[in-house]
Amino acid sequence: MIAAIATPHVDWLPLTPSLALLGASGLCLLSAVLVPGWMRRTIASIIAFAGAVTAASFAVAVFDRSSDAHTLLADSMTRDRLAAFAQLILAVTGAVIVFVAWGERRRTNHGEYFALLTASLAGMAFFVQAANLMTLFLGLEWFSLCLYVLVAIDTDRATSLEAGLKYVIVGGFGSAVLLFGSALVYGATGKLGFSEIAAANAGSDAFLVAGLAMILAGLGFKMSAAPFHMWTPDVYQGAPSSVTAFMSAATKTAALVLTLRLLNTAFPNESDIWTIAVAVIACISLAWGNLAALAQRDVKRLLAYSSISHAGFMLIAIEAGTQRGAEALLYYLVPYSAMSVGAFAVVAARERELAAPVTLDSIAGFGWERPLYGSAMWLFMLGFAGFPLTGGLFGKFFVFSAAYEAGDWWIVLVGVAATMLSLAYYLNVVRAMYMRPAPATRLVAVGGAPPRDPALAIAVAAAAVVTVGSFFVAQPILDLASDAAAALSF
Amino acid sequence: MTTTTLIVLPFAGALLVALLPLPRRATGFLSFAIALVEVARWIVAAAQYDYDKGGLQLASSTEWVKSLGISYSVGFYGFSIWLAGVTVIVSAAAIGYAVWVDRERPRAYHALMLGLTGAVVATFAAQDLLLFYVAFEAMLIPLYVLVGAWGGERRGTATLTFVVYTMVGSLLMLAAVVAFGVSQGTFSLVDSGTSDNTWIFLGFAVAFAIKAPLFPFHGWLPLAYREAPIEVTAVLSGIVSKTAVFGFLRIALPKFPEPVDDLRGLILVLAGAGLVYGSLLAFRATDLRGIVAYSSLAQMGLIVVGIFAFNDLALDGAVLQSVNHALISASMFLLVGMVERRTGTGELSALGGMARGRPVLATVLLVAGMIALAVPGSTTFAAEFLIMAGAYGQGWGYAAIVALGVVLAAIYVLRLISAVLHVDPGSAVRDEARDLRPTELTLVLPLVACLLVLSFWPALVSESSFRGDHGAKVIAQGFR
Repeated sequence: MIAAIATPHVDWLPLTPSLALLGASGLCLLSAVLVPGWMRRTIASIIAFAGAVTAASFAVAVFDRSSDAHTLLADSMTRDRLAAFAQLILAVTGAVIVFVAWGERRRTNHGEYFALLTASLAGMAFFVQAANLMTLFLGLEWFSLCLYVLVAIDTDRATSLEAGLKYVIVGGFGSAVLLFGSALVYGATGKLGFSEIAAANAGSDAFLVAGLAMILAGLGFKMSAAPFHMWTPDVYQGAPSSVTAFMSAATKTAALVLTLRLLNTAFPNESDIWTIAVAVIACISLAWGNLAALAQRDVKRLLAYSSISHAGFMLIAIEAGTQRGAEALLYYLVPYSAMSVGAFAVVAARERELAAPVTLDSIAGFGWERPLYGSAMWLFMLGFAGFPLTGGLFGKFFVFSAAYEAGDWWIVLVGVAATMLSLAYYLNVVRAMYMRPAPATRLVAVGGAPPRDPALAIAVAAAAVVTVGSFFVAQPILDLASDAAAALSF
Repeated sequence: MTTTTLIVLPFAGALLVALLPLPRRATGFLSFAIALVEVARWIVAAAQYDYDKGGLQLASSTEWVKSLGISYSVGFYGFSIWLAGVTVIVSAAAIGYAVWVDRERPRAYHALMLGLTGAVVATFAAQDLLLFYVAFEAMLIPLYVLVGAWGGERRGTATLTFVVYTMVGSLLMLAAVVAFGVSQGTFSLVDSGTSDNTWIFLGFAVAFAIKAPLFPFHGWLPLAYREAPIEVTAVLSGIVSKTAVFGFLRIALPKFPEPVDDLRGLILVLAGAGLVYGSLLAFRATDLRGIVAYSSLAQMGLIVVGIFAFNDLALDGAVLQSVNHALISASMFLLVGMVERRTGTGELSALGGMARGRPVLATVLLVAGMIALAVPGSTTFAAEFLIMAGAYGQGWGYAAIVALGVVLAAIYVLRLISAVLHVDPGSAVRDEARDLRPTELTLVLPLVACLLVLSFWPALVSESSFRGDHGAKVIAQGFR
């Protein structure tokens, strides 16, 4: 009889962020079918926004009630503050992206777009809660597949389709490497769960180290850390700008938080090995990302390389291997996500005006024509460069402090040198916006006057507020980050 | 509260000016009015400061980032009150000049100028390392835009060089700040102790050396000073360079006693070299801006000699000369600007004979020039004498270099005055070029008047900079 079937106890609360977003995704998909065409975009975006806000509230609730970490569902997922903090950042990012995506010119596929967006967010929320290698892979594939389609969703643009194809192939390769690494780790330890892998204490078993290396490589693909970043410039350039904004902020958040969790929970005994490996990857990312960005003319490619270098900065925080490092990483993600979304949103604004790719030449005079976007872009570029009055300064500051405390003063110098290099291209973007005379560009009004997009303006304003706000209210964010980092043991 | 008002007022004014859609002249007058209110506010603060007691006063402190020990901690010492004072006065004159010449896009321009003022005042008031770093950096953005958007023909290269040099220094300073703060456990300048790490000291020292600028880090100076709008050059030369002086006095000297001892000789030699080299280049320069710019390099070398000579006389002299130099370079650059507006050029070969028919210009330029070359009886003479006497304590060679610098200063200042005012009218000087207008006089005269007051009473600044007359002891004790 039904009543006698023993149902497992499921702790639903920590699953709610993911489920809320999944529900929103389903409703968006339904709206694609049931709602008349002219209402589809509005309805789908409202549903997506509502889903993101609900997920954010659930994440806050989980954060509140999870002072001690424990696993659920047969140790496959965790309920702790680290996951909740990451889910909060992801959900808020998603909510802002809905505003960015609302004005995007798309002939069709509105419902599908928002369905995929929310499904990808749900996958990321699931991903950061992973407590064993299987759930890790599941979550990774979940959000990646949604992203592959999102990148290619502008089927009438060849670059979008090309970017999607590149992302599928390279991303698939990355996932395969990660899966193979997981198999090696399982072979070495006989366990899939993170804590069990650590407990198995396989020492420097060759399989384990090789597996760790391959898992790191697979995760490196996702967080676009050099030398696993080859897909990033082309995919960021070809994808619709709102998707690029989403990828640059949310995918990195998810990948970095999970890498932090994985390395500290599953491989604490091999920390001398992975500390060096992560440090090397960080240095390569910083060098490659900054040097390549100097040569770029297309703004989206430039920002893509800049995001590679920021992955390097955040990896420094992981490399420190201390509580302070974890706090620094979690703090950095807040202004970084805001600046990333904001910068790509400003690029999207120019793109929609011109209906052409945005290069350093075509952005000339934009700052004077649209003061809000111009000053916001100022803020984001300065924030990326780590200037004061933006959260970017504290982000870099905390990362450097954590690294110095851990004894790695040399990596602080690498980071400082990278920042010096990066200033060149960030200031170049600002200079292009303000200091060249406007007549260099003919403003091609696509179908009439330049589009007035209040949603995009709201998104950019929100991003700017967070960028500056995280500078002034740094301690509260640090307190949250510290609570979240306490979920891991150092 | 007083200190925070002094810092916040220019920033609030900058926002107001940027956002209010006023007509051109109104924006300019509003901006000038805000600058004057700031000067008044400073006078009140300076009157409140008890110079005999010395030490940190008008201080306030709130926790900012507790986990790292970062606080919003501000306050003034005797010498920093004077530096802040000269900041607000020079900046008011510069803003007034900008209103007089009617700069393009006034709302953005004046917002940036006021923002720059606020950032510099914040630098002088900062008592927490991170706050100091923030303010030090925050100066760069307005300068970048001011030079890059309103500058002369070669402003692109000028801005690039300026930004690259400054950011290299600032980022080295960031590394040094991180290292110092983490090893001390706090970033507060008041609470932290000393460190004997030469590398951290160098991180700070190089940053300040680039800002001052000090030979051989002065590569950005000629181009930036030539291409910036003249009042921005006045601010750069007069005020922004003094933040380096503050950095040396407040951070480098008290916090790193052993590295300072070890590197003192080298720094004194470099500063002395800068003094002589700058003076020689000033003598050889062919344009007005070049002369005053290189003289600025020379004077900063002189001030740094005074700082690193590290005894009471030299430190008093260094602070007094900092105040003097700010006022002098501001008045000289503004006068140069006024001459350039009348003749369309700064080239010495095209100038000359402007004294005939323009008595006011001649008088003011001559007075400013006389004070600049440290004629006995002027405040600069007092300062240079103090520095010379103090430098003698480190070695007679340094005193000799300072004396040489004084002589060379006389050469290039007289060259400048003579080339502009005397002999036959140059090719660019037309008879219709008018004398100094009342408005222009109102801008320059207060600066010269301050210099004359200081000439009669140099002790106003030199004896109230540190507690009484004991600069070396105060610094050695870390300003406690």
